[in-house]
Amino acid sequence: MKAATVLAALAVALVLQTTLAGYTLAGATRVSLVLVAVVYVALAYGAVTGLLAGTAGGLVQDALAGGIIGIGGLSKTIVGFLVGVLGAQFIVSQPLARFLMFVGATLLHDVCYRALSALIEARGFAMPLSPALTQAVVNGAIGILAFQIIEGAPGLMQRRQSRRASYGRRRY
Amino acid sequence: MPGLETGNWELETLLLDIRRRTGLLFFAVTMGHVVLISAQVQSKSGVPVLQTFVFDAFSRVQGAFASMLHGTRNVWGNYVALRGVRAENEWLRSQVSDLEVRLQQERAQAARAAKLQELLDLRSGSSLSFLAAEVIAGHPSPGMQTLTINRGRADGVLADMAVVAPKGIVGRVIGEPASHAAIVQLLIDRSAAAGALIERTRAGGMVVGTERDPPLAMDLVSNLADVKPGDVVVASGVDGIYPKGFAIGRVQTAERGPNLYQKIGVRPLVDFSSIEEVLVVLEAPHGAVPAEPPAERAPSVAGPPK
Repeated sequence: MKAATVLAALAVALVLQTTLAGYTLAGATRVSLVLVAVVYVALAYGAVTGLLAGTAGGLVQDALAGGIIGIGGLSKTIVGFLVGVLGAQFIVSQPLARFLMFVGATLLHDVCYRALSALIEARGFAMPLSPALTQAVVNGAIGILAFQIIEGAPGLMQRRQSRRASYGRRRY
Repeated sequence: MPGLETGNWELETLLLDIRRRTGLLFFAVTMGHVVLISAQVQSKSGVPVLQTFVFDAFSRVQGAFASMLHGTRNVWGNYVALRGVRAENEWLRSQVSDLEVRLQQERAQAARAAKLQELLDLRSGSSLSFLAAEVIAGHPSPGMQTLTINRGRADGVLADMAVVAPKGIVGRVIGEPASHAAIVQLLIDRSAAAGALIERTRAGGMVVGTERDPPLAMDLVSNLADVKPGDVVVASGVDGIYPKGFAIGRVQTAERGPNLYQKIGVRPLVDFSSIEEVLVVLEAPHGAVPAEPPAERAPSVAGPPK
């Protein structure tokens, strides 16, 4: 069940990422939904699931991007693993802590991705700070939103059901 | 079945053991990635099987989603957004008349250009042919400026074929195309490059993608060359990919560099933020083996003379 949930989350993130990017090309998209999904999975299920999710998501993303397969996979594996480890060591149930995790994970991923690319393509390492920070903040906001929705949905359903039951009792 | 139960128990124990040793798993996965990357970097032949397989499968999903979104948009356009259509119609009519006048001017200019070409004894026999394609997905990773089109191997698309839009060059096909989809690397990608020259002075150089604003830079242009902001940059054709003379962009900034070359920023003419349809130049890139023409090729349109 957990594996299916993780795979479904990655697939949805990937489809949304590519579909939305088709309408906002050329760097207008400063969000990586796959990375958000990997960080979410790592925080929710731990380091092992996080690193496996990072591997799967990153490899598929690399294959679709047409570049060298493995750069994104390795970057996301590292991120998924470290976020999972940190999530187990520290309490990250507050929105601010989670936001910082998403921001940090995005920046770490960017550093890993660019460093690996620079290493393979034999060129200097360069990381434009402004786009990286923008992406990190946007990813953080989306991650927090995802947590709120996923954690709040069962409670909302339960309240709605109990309210309906209460109305039913009043009528009869 | 005691043997089977024992086998299951052993497998579960093994899995639990692996899950407990997180560090070991992380190391193994990392090493797997390193081996995977190394194999690709050292290899000089073909495209990885995984890439072709995943891209082929996922491009169909992307195509389905794109069709769904287009359908929704069409429904919106046809049934909901009919308000103001009369005013829009009038505006469009005026635009059509305006464009008709412009078309006449363009035709006159084209006729004059053809005469000049004949006078200069340039080769005008061959013409490019284009294949119209629709963008079905954008870049899957923010680090790479690519898009996916709904034309592939079955339509005659090959790796390294140039992709253009009415305003200028968009990019080139990278990797092995799937049967009905291909990945296009945009010219603004940081690892993209094209041979280029300044149209006014014919000063040559190389246009490369940057991650800054403007998104293109023209390198290898001598400090002695005459380059001014506003100059049009066109493809030189020396790279064997992009057709000569196609527009790339306009010079936005031109400064004298510290070494031999100028620092030139180029603003692309194509608006990369709103590409929906593109044209693939159906000409085998320099050094590539032309594909066999497919039995049922998608309709192509003839392009301007080379």
